[in-house]
Amino acid sequence: MFQGKKVIALGDRDGIQGPAIARLVETAGAEVVFSSTECIV
Amino acid sequence: MTAPVVKGFAALLVHAPNLVRYGAEPFYRLRARGEDAGATLRPGLRSYEDALRYPPNQAFIGNLRPEALGDLPVPWYAHPLEGASPQGRHGDLMSEEIFYGFLKVADDFSQVSLEADFLEEIQESLRQHPLFQETDAKRLGRGATAPDLAQKVSSEEALPLFLGERMVGIVQRAHPLDPSLSAHALLENLACKASALLALRQLLGQHPGGPESIDYLLSCSEEAVGDRFNRGGGNLAKAVGELAGCLNATGADVKSFCSAPLHAMVMAGGLAQSGVYGDIAIVGGGSLPKLGMNYDRHLEAGIPVLEDMLGAVAFIVGPDDGHNPQIRLDAVGRHDIRAGFSQQAIMEALVVRPLERLGLSISSVDRYASELQNPDITRRFERGDTAKTNYKMIAALAAKRGEIPADGLDTFVATCGMPGFAPSQGHIPVGIAYLGHGMDLLSSGQARRIMFLAKGSLFLGRMTHLADGMSVLVEQHP
Repeated sequence: MFQGKKVIALGDRDGIQGPAIARLVETAGAEVVFSSTECIV
Repeated sequence: MTAPVVKGFAALLVHAPNLVRYGAEPFYRLRARGEDAGATLRPGLRSYEDALRYPPNQAFIGNLRPEALGDLPVPWYAHPLEGASPQGRHGDLMSEEIFYGFLKVADDFSQVSLEADFLEEIQESLRQHPLFQETDAKRLGRGATAPDLAQKVSSEEALPLFLGERMVGIVQRAHPLDPSLSAHALLENLACKASALLALRQLLGQHPGGPESIDYLLSCSEEAVGDRFNRGGGNLAKAVGELAGCLNATGADVKSFCSAPLHAMVMAGGLAQSGVYGDIAIVGGGSLPKLGMNYDRHLEAGIPVLEDMLGAVAFIVGPDDGHNPQIRLDAVGRHDIRAGFSQQAIMEALVVRPLERLGLSISSVDRYASELQNPDITRRFERGDTAKTNYKMIAALAAKRGEIPADGLDTFVATCGMPGFAPSQGHIPVGIAYLGHGMDLLSSGQARRIMFLAKGSLFLGRMTHLADGMSVLVEQHP
């Protein structure tokens, strides 16, 4: 489902962090155009 | 085995409803919208009495065990405690007007001016305060007239300090162009310095050697002290130590976002164990930018703006004294660069690896003091319960290793964890808020081992995608 798609990956420090999401969707064929992690506390 | 020890702990809370407007979220958002911060925030601001009776605040200053919060009805803000006291086992809950007095005490460059009538009104309470020292009186000055203060505010040289709708003082900029020396930046730094100073004075008042027995100071505070040539490069530790009377000490600041307190503890342990220094005081001052972080959500929900507290801590690490709890330098956990980004990998690095080095299991630790952010604040806005999330991950690792049954996760969390109780102050909730409670358990034999954990959001500064993490095992002295 990610093949050829562009993805913005927004992660949570205490959940799934941005780079982890990015790596996952890249493996599935997506292009990550922006990735960051945010801290909610 | 000799090991460095933790010799004392002190905490401070300041109820600062009128400073909420200068927290980063309210300050920048309301200014951008052109809204009157006072009018917007006022309906949600708590009274001192409400803050005093708020159960997590009583836990923070040591009048209530954090573990006991789990037995209290939620939301905690709707169920105030009976018999709450402003004096806690670990420190005080200070009112804003008295804190304004100490803000002036902490000011070395006449950035703060208090209105003369207001100064007169708080003078007696300040002088009676146990943390006020004789030399502080001269630093208060004589105060300024209200028209003079108003003129500086209207010319945008200064920010007003309010009590309700009354302006009782100002903080002035130190340079007309330098954002690092703006009135707002200086207020943040002075609030951090003043609260760290109060926590340190509280600590040193109980320390047998007094201030002059301290050889070194580390500040793990978050504020960026410096000017435009070295933003954040400053040294708050020594500034705080000067006013606390630590005449034989020098010091430096340790930065790593919220994980700085545990970095500081490990550094202090290493310095004490190697003999470079004797007793080392570590201070973490309050973080004004965090005030009102969720103010808009609180207002929208019609509940009090709960992020109205400045929190500070101070503790001493020194060479082995034969009785205080020991820091196991051979079991420091670190989120190394290769650890990666998954929560499992991070927790394995912070919890499993250091325990394995000692041949210990996860369940051989009596208590984990992890991310102790207050769920009364985070849970309400679908931001989860950070403390519980971390405990569940530790429990899952214990189950994966066969230490506890797969259906024993909740029991593990209830036994080895605790509800979050610390104010939203970045570096303060990360384990270190529990140090005083932990020392009580370790010194009385109610616990043998406590692991302190912290995570730091390095990515916020946009220099790396990495996060940080540290853990420290503290044990009952053998």
